Amino acid sequence: MNKESYKKLTSKIIPKENKVKNGIISFFVGGLIGLIGQIMVSVLENNFDLAHKDATSIMIVILIFIASLLTAIGFFDNLVSKAKAGLIVPITGFAHAMTSSMLDYKKEGFVTGIGANAFKLTGSVILYGVVSAYIFGTIRYLFFGG
Amino acid sequence: MTIEFNNVYVKSVSAVAGHDEKEGTFGKLYDKTYDDYYANEKTFEQAEIKMIEDASDIALKKASYKMDDINFIIGSDLLNQITANAYSSVKFKRPFLGVYNACASLCEEFIIASSMLQNKEVNNALLNISSHNMTAERQYRNPVEYGCPKPLRSTFTVTGAASCVLTKEKTDIKVTNATVGTPTDMGITDPYDMGSVMAPSAAEVLFSHLKNTNTKPEDYDLILTGDLGVYGKQILIEYFKSAYGINIEGNLEDSSSIIYDRKKQTKVNAGGSGPCCLALVFYTDILNRMKKGELKKVLLIATGALMSPTMNNQKLSIPSVSHAVCLEAIK
Repeated sequence: MNKESYKKLTSKIIPKENKVKNGIISFFVGGLIGLIGQIMVSVLENNFDLAHKDATSIMIVILIFIASLLTAIGFFDNLVSKAKAGLIVPITGFAHAMTSSMLDYKKEGFVTGIGANAFKLTGSVILYGVVSAYIFGTIRYLFFGG
Repeated sequence: MTIEFNNVYVKSVSAVAGHDEKEGTFGKLYDKTYDDYYANEKTFEQAEIKMIEDASDIALKKASYKMDDINFIIGSDLLNQITANAYSSVKFKRPFLGVYNACASLCEEFIIASSMLQNKEVNNALLNISSHNMTAERQYRNPVEYGCPKPLRSTFTVTGAASCVLTKEKTDIKVTNATVGTPTDMGITDPYDMGSVMAPSAAEVLFSHLKNTNTKPEDYDLILTGDLGVYGKQILIEYFKSAYGINIEGNLEDSSSIIYDRKKQTKVNAGGSGPCCLALVFYTDILNRMKKGELKKVLLIATGALMSPTMNNQKLSIPSVSHAVCLEAIK
């Protein structure tokens, strides 16, 4: 049997993931996170007398803190495996990836463990985030006047 | 390549397992179970070492041997440098061989030990095997607290350790012959789809074993594969039919598909995996049934995916190797 016909044989047996269901779950969970963020911003703006920009930053910090705390307590991974991309795509996913890496290596010391591995999963997000910010920032500056 | 053995017997076995396995099908049959992944140790790796020590102690006790009576130890696990077994063997202070064929290691150990027992000077061997869900996740996939959604085709690494004492002294379980498998690579690159990776090598070694020993699948009361998972088992049946024209469905069982209660333990998806998966099923339920006389001739096929995250990142496909060992209940 060659590789092509073997692939056909396996694809008949291996079950397909339910992409529609996963997509709908992610859509609503992701939307819920967005809604929670928006409520936080409104509460911070109206009740704590903060400027919109500051309120947004504080909202992000709160979401990161909650996601990291839940990861450290040990049940955010169960939530993610149920909510799929709904929790991974927002900032909560970034915080979760970083905290879980650090937790994994804490027994190997502060420098060689936590320090060396904190960005194991999120390093590419940071790297390509900075690179694309540079590129799009340059385009914006050159063509749209900053 | 098939080798015949005339003087190798199973003296005693032991199996210790984690809490997920305790909730599984054979939960009551394990010699010892642990309530969490740490087994009272500081880290997951140290827990795996502890499990090997416990399994060895229990197997030796059952055989009424002391560690000094053992001629040599063979150990295998999934970790780099075969860490768990290397560290436990230091404490055992006996000659030690570390072997690695991923999840095919159990049969590899049987083959090496049985061959060495052909020597006059060698009288017994202790075979240790272990895997730990968390140490394997850490090494092969993501940090353990990272909640990456797992596809339905993925398998769940078994936590536990198992030991077996092989001797020349006659017992009721005999190792009759074994076939060393040839690695296969069918171009699968998906690290979650180990069933598809391993099924062709399981078929390869099963076919050459049947051919070399001039037997049919019906001659065995049970053909027990290692960790193909429910879909991998189906693929093996279909592949065997189309490649060799033989139906093996009747007496084929897959340890991975039966070790967990898949209806309740949905997180395991397609079943268990890891070198210890076959050992936990064979050393408990299957061996008990052989001793009771329900099964006479059992063919073990340990299936191994020789997966390396490095090569996988370099976009190379995953090779696989499987080995077969035949055991018989004698009177």
